[in-house]
Order: sequence, then C-alpha cells, then structure tokens
Amino acid sequence: MIHLLLPYAVAAALVGIGTYGVLARRNAVLVLIGIELMLAGAGLLLVTAGAVGGDRWQAGNVLTLFIITIAAAEVVLALAVIVAVFRRRDNIDISITTALPASAPAAAETGDPR
Amino acid sequence: MTSLDLAFAAAGAVTLAAAVLAVTTRHLVHSALWLVLSLGGLAGCYLVLGAELVALVQVLVYVGAVVVLVIFALMLTRAPIGPSPEHTTSRLHRALAALLGGGVTALLLAVLVPLAGREAVARTPVVSAVIAGDLFATWVWPFEALSLLLLLALIGAFSVARLTGGRAQGES
Repeated sequence: MIHLLLPYAVAAALVGIGTYGVLARRNAVLVLIGIELMLAGAGLLLVTAGAVGGDRWQAGNVLTLFIITIAAAEVVLALAVIVAVFRRRDNIDISITTALPASAPAAAETGDPR
Repeated sequence: MTSLDLAFAAAGAVTLAAAVLAVTTRHLVHSALWLVLSLGGLAGCYLVLGAELVALVQVLVYVGAVVVLVIFALMLTRAPIGPSPEHTTSRLHRALAALLGGGVTALLLAVLVPLAGREAVARTPVVSAVIAGDLFATWVWPFEALSLLLLLALIGAFSVARLTGGRAQGES
C-alpha cells in the first residue's frame, strides 16, 4: 500500500527544478542537465501511473524505458552539437550570440561540407 | 504512512535534494556528480514503486552512460575545476527562473494532487518477464523504431562532430 501524493509531488518538483535549471544556467551542458531532470520527472509520473494497476500493456513501464532510450539519443546529439559549437566559438555560453554571425560567412565560403 | 511511503519519502528526498544542488552549484563538475546522485535516487524511487526493470535500466543508461557523456562534454569544453563565476547569471535572472520553476511545479501539483486521492492504493509490482512479453508483442514496432532512432543518433552525432572538425581544420 502506498499513497500516490508523494510520487506525484516528487515528479512535479523534479520538473520544476529542471525548468529552473534550464532557465537559470548559461553553460549549455548545465542546461542539458536541467532537461534531464525534467525527463526524469516525466518518467517518475509514468511509472507511478503504471504501478497502481489497471495497466493492461504495461504502458507505464515500457514508455519509461522508451523515454530513457530517447533521452540517451538526445543527450548524444546535444553533446555532439555542444562540442562542435565549442570548437567554433571557444565557449558554450548560451547567452553570448555575437560569435554566430561572425562564423556564418565562413560557413558560406566553405560551401556544402559534403 | 505505510512502510512503502517511508521508503519512497527517503528516496524522493535524496532525489530532490541532489536535483536542487545539481541546478544551483557553481562547480560545473559537481553539477554532473549531483545529477548522478539524483538519478540514482530516482532509480530507488522506481524500485519502491515496484518497477525493477526500469530501475535497473535507469542505473545502467543514465548513471552509467549519460552522466559519463556529460562529464566527457564538460572535459572537452575545458570546464574549470573550481567554482566558475563567469557562468553564473544575475540574481534577478535566477529569481525569475525560480519563480517560473515554482510556477510549473504549482501548476503540475494543482493537476496531480486531486488525482492522487487520500487513501493508500495497492502497488502492483511488475515482473520483468511480463514487461518483456508486452515489449515484444504490443510494443514491438515502437521498439524497432527506437533502435532506428538510436542508429540515426549515432550517425548524426558522429557526422556533427566530424564535419565541424574538418571545417575547423580547413579554416585554420
């Protein structure tokens, strides 16, 4: 026997903390950590919904597994982009946008990278 | 309060405390390490809720792979070891972010608390064999699509990292 209020409260708090992390950070990797926390909250909500029964195809558990997999794929791509941006701009501060227009003509000169 | 409630409260407290520290600490590397503790605590929450397989996958994929990737990215972007004040935002910015985060939490709680009800419900632990049966019967096409997604993410990450590397060499 378990009260559902606690899991729901933890899930809601995780999403809120993740939102704070996305909004308050300037380092792109730390923004990604906030997104991970939001996804964790979503997974906890799904597992809680699956744990109370009435779950015919185990959707709560299976969808959480899918979320974890998709989050792994998302993290891989996001970190690749972050490392690529770091090579170009030498920092990953997302509040600095001045480096982008400077690098755009260089990309146009190079033309199609393939 | 049942014993499961107490166990969940302990795991949830660890999760939330580590999550708060992960988004507020000024040490970049500490942030990733607090994320490890937070996601590990979340695996404990999953265990208490009876989802063993999800808890194990959470530890394997998140704590084992994702956080290692994050730490790798911090190293590759030359994160400083000590506190890094140049990456902190202004006090007003953080207050607004906290306001929005709190608002999101309040909104979700307003929806979820009426759903929760007052009485305790019976937890139904899920056996891994049942999940496996459903995963390869009902969910088999999403599962296959997911394997395609992972392959695409692998190729995409490789090409993004490689192409810009080639361009950077061409520029210099």
